[in-house]
Amino acid sequence: MNLYLAYQGLIAFVGINALLALSVYATLSCGQLSLANAGFMAIGAYTGALLTLHAPGIPFAAVLLASALLPALIALPLGLPVLRLRGVFLAIATIGFGEVVRLGFVNWDYTNGALGLVAIPQRTKPWILWLTVLAVLFVLGRLRGSRTGYALEAIREDEMAARTMGIETTAYKLAMFSFGAAIAGIAGALEAHFTFIVSPSGYSFGRVVDMLVQAIVGGTAYFVGPVIGAAFLTLLPEALREAGSRVGLSPGPFRLFLNGVILLAVILYLPDGIASLPRRLRRRVRG
Amino acid sequence: MLALHNVLRAFGGVRAVDDASFTVERGEVHGLIGPNGAGKTTLLNLISGFIAPTSGTISFEGRSVGGLAPQRLAALGISRTYQNIRLFAGLTALDNVVVGQHLRRRSPFIPRLFFSPAARKEEEAARARALEGLSRVGLHGRALTTAANLSYGEQRRVEIARALGAAPKLLLLDEPTAGMNPPEAHEVGRLVREVAREGRSVLLVEHNVRLVMELCDRITVLNFGKVIARGTPSEVARDPAVIAAYLGDDSGGAEGGGAA
Repeated sequence: MNLYLAYQGLIAFVGINALLALSVYATLSCGQLSLANAGFMAIGAYTGALLTLHAPGIPFAAVLLASALLPALIALPLGLPVLRLRGVFLAIATIGFGEVVRLGFVNWDYTNGALGLVAIPQRTKPWILWLTVLAVLFVLGRLRGSRTGYALEAIREDEMAARTMGIETTAYKLAMFSFGAAIAGIAGALEAHFTFIVSPSGYSFGRVVDMLVQAIVGGTAYFVGPVIGAAFLTLLPEALREAGSRVGLSPGPFRLFLNGVILLAVILYLPDGIASLPRRLRRRVRG
Repeated sequence: MLALHNVLRAFGGVRAVDDASFTVERGEVHGLIGPNGAGKTTLLNLISGFIAPTSGTISFEGRSVGGLAPQRLAALGISRTYQNIRLFAGLTALDNVVVGQHLRRRSPFIPRLFFSPAARKEEEAARARALEGLSRVGLHGRALTTAANLSYGEQRRVEIARALGAAPKLLLLDEPTAGMNPPEAHEVGRLVREVAREGRSVLLVEHNVRLVMELCDRITVLNFGKVIARGTPSEVARDPAVIAAYLGDDSGGAEGGGAA
């Protein structure tokens, strides 16, 4: 029990990072590299924090729902033009959106500008957090093998060929973009109600890179991959913190260094991510 | 059923398809032949909505469809295969054919999310149909093989099964027997006739001239984007313009049907 109390914070961050990695996976699952999710996370976090601070009577479930819905709704008019862009152009346009949101909050007096909101009550219980993770995994898991899931896979494999199968690619891409925004928004609200604060610096470009790295390290071919990646990249730097400080690296730079090394290693030697490891090992044993 | 009227498509100064007119009737196997670069694939891309005509009209079942998006044309009943195979490479052969049925399936996600028995039944039916489709092209035993691991000829056949998955009214085949050995090509020919007997129309682009001559009810011959001849296989084979296009201008030979 003492052990759990000591690591409670860490475990919660695994859950929050898992949700964020899954939010990036949602758009990756139909082949779209969107980096707007730090922006959606910020919108969700601010929505949740403002509701809790100004209307304390609202139940937490309703707060979370609002934090998911608002980014999901904003994603629709945003997605319609940007999802026409492909590959790196979509990535750049969505990075732009994230920066606009962040700078918007920096300059918004109502939310205390760059200082952000503080003293948010801690309402995120571990069970709420992990229930949310499970719910998202459930939805993604049920997509596999469904008509909708096949359509998404077809779009990821060859968008033009998918269209000649009669698949309305824009609608599917938009739906997943909006779903990813909802997950990021809810993760933002959960984090805000766990760490007591929201401030624009928490939603910078670096944050969305973290999400993407975790999704890719875990593996994007299978929907549990991002969760594994988030757990791995959140826990490993902590586990190695001691070793890092012994060779004279402070925790912050050490974490970045470790992330970089792991990402390189995974891309070079395990392109389908950690989640593909069991299958690879089995094949090697058999072959 | 399908009618092209003075269709022109220019890429810059090049008229890839120049003033082409022809019709494809219901249940007809219509051949589209011509030397390399004659504009055959461009024509298929026009009919399937990959590109829009610069001018002219394309109508399908009496409705003008020129410039519609590919998914809209698919919904009207036009399916196609590709000269440079475009299977969903990471999916199994069976899953490719299941995707091909997208338009036929009524399977909303919300009931499926909550394990609705009706959704499960619908899915099983779709997979059974897909397996039948694979049997039809002789690939029953390869259903669970990833598309990328199939041989060239097998991939072409999965593409045909995937296109048929939509139960199309018009099937566009772009060199379906390229890279196949003669028995495989013969099987594809038999399948095309069978598909036509079901009342579907087939527009066939093919370099294997012997197969085209055996298979097609009518043939349209393109050269440099222009229609230079049309008619039954024997009419086309005797046409001096066709012989000239295939064998060169000064040849008087009667081998028009033999060269590919």
